[in-house]
Amino acid sequence: MNRRDFLKTTGGLVLATGGAWAAGHARAADSLLGPPELPQGMLASSLLDALPGKVPLIKKSWRPPNFETPVSYFNEIFTPNDAFFVRYHLSNIPEVAAATWRLKVGGEAAGTPLELSLDQLKRDYEQVEVPAVCQCSGNRRGMFQPHVPGVEWGLGAMGNARWKGVRLKDVLAKAGLKKEALELVLDGADGPVFPGTPDFVKSIPVWKALDENNLIAYEMNGAPLPHWNGFPARLVIPGWTATYWTKHITSITAIAKPFDGFWMKSAYRIPRGRFPLIDRFVSQETDVNTPITEMVVNSLITSIMDGQQVPAGRPLDVKGIAWDGGYGIARVEVSADGGQTWRTATLGTDYGRFSFRPWSYVLTPADKGALTVMALATNRNGATQTFELIQNPAGYHHNVVQRVALAVT
Amino acid sequence: MKIWIAVMPLALAATLVIAAEQQIELKPGPGRDKVEANCVACHSLDYIVGNSPFMNRQVWDAEVTKMIKAFGAPISDADAKVIVDYLVANYGAT
Repeated sequence: MNRRDFLKTTGGLVLATGGAWAAGHARAADSLLGPPELPQGMLASSLLDALPGKVPLIKKSWRPPNFETPVSYFNEIFTPNDAFFVRYHLSNIPEVAAATWRLKVGGEAAGTPLELSLDQLKRDYEQVEVPAVCQCSGNRRGMFQPHVPGVEWGLGAMGNARWKGVRLKDVLAKAGLKKEALELVLDGADGPVFPGTPDFVKSIPVWKALDENNLIAYEMNGAPLPHWNGFPARLVIPGWTATYWTKHITSITAIAKPFDGFWMKSAYRIPRGRFPLIDRFVSQETDVNTPITEMVVNSLITSIMDGQQVPAGRPLDVKGIAWDGGYGIARVEVSADGGQTWRTATLGTDYGRFSFRPWSYVLTPADKGALTVMALATNRNGATQTFELIQNPAGYHHNVVQRVALAVT
Repeated sequence: MKIWIAVMPLALAATLVIAAEQQIELKPGPGRDKVEANCVACHSLDYIVGNSPFMNRQVWDAEVTKMIKAFGAPISDADAKVIVDYLVANYGAT
């Protein structure tokens, strides 16, 4: 590991925990690799390491590479590209050259198929920028009780970036979508090791694909996409979980019937009727389950860590972020008594309804002893985080209210 | 260091990742050789460690079956049984 980068990461942690490092040290060090609720085997096998071009992130698995962003980075509203989480399902991940990359847009339900180079994409279409949260459907899966199989993510399988690219709907307009077009099939350059393994191919309903906020993006935060985040171009589907944000995208295929690939029919499904969601993917629904769609409302406390010691009688900055499926955050409330009473936090700059929304609250712990801080976000639909986990077999949509235990001294 | 990382070809990067994953050592026990021989073709062994210790025999069996039936892993029935036994004994629910 690059020692300087390691120090850069842990430096953020030391700053975040301030002078209260010593006694809370063991707990805080654990917290860096994830919350204590994670499976014991996951905590034991996690470490900080850097993929080429990345700062040290929390290694969940080497191959395919799954790396999580440490919480300290979420003190910034836009997640640095070199600290942005990495998630792959399959291990064959080619390096795609910008010069030879092509995007094919066609299919039986497209009247005028086309193929685009990166230069053509940038030259022939209006370039736009959208700030948006990219969050893995299974972010916080490792905090499910009881645990469910999968990548046992902690809090950082997500990031927020300013995505730049061209509107997906503009490219689809050129491809001449026919009236019977039902879904668009999305494929990227990465694939399986064995030919018998289903390639990671997704589909999206046409109505959602035509949303003006979707991009074929080639930049994030003012720089080309890192290889590990989809270079040279990826989809950005603001509001929906990252499973639809196909990396290294190479083809978009319009079809007139539901796509029946493994990653649609068997994976990324949630029970019907259990989550307070609005967006539906009707052509893929069954009697019992439905594809995951929009993100649920959620928040993260970033300025204090579980196990931290804080002095009594001195103001303590409690800061964090909140986000949802693109309706916008209406309010964040903070409790300093384990959920008995709630006070409204101050919302920070609004970078758009798909972005992390910063919030802050100053609390002054009066008495020495244990203090539990909680944050509860509500979106503009009135949807809130839950206090009880909504169980589902694949471990999606964890938005249980966080509890950060402090020791007031 | 930064410049070196920037110009490093991805093929070399992939090699480094594989070298790094070799630091994972599964618990010794009957069947470990079958796990190592079969599972690493598609994924590093930290997938096993990270998913422990909470899966009982039924769940581990379902995972191994998924690897074969859904993901096309070429694992014989005999090896699959040895693998499940090893996973339950060493990484099963406690």
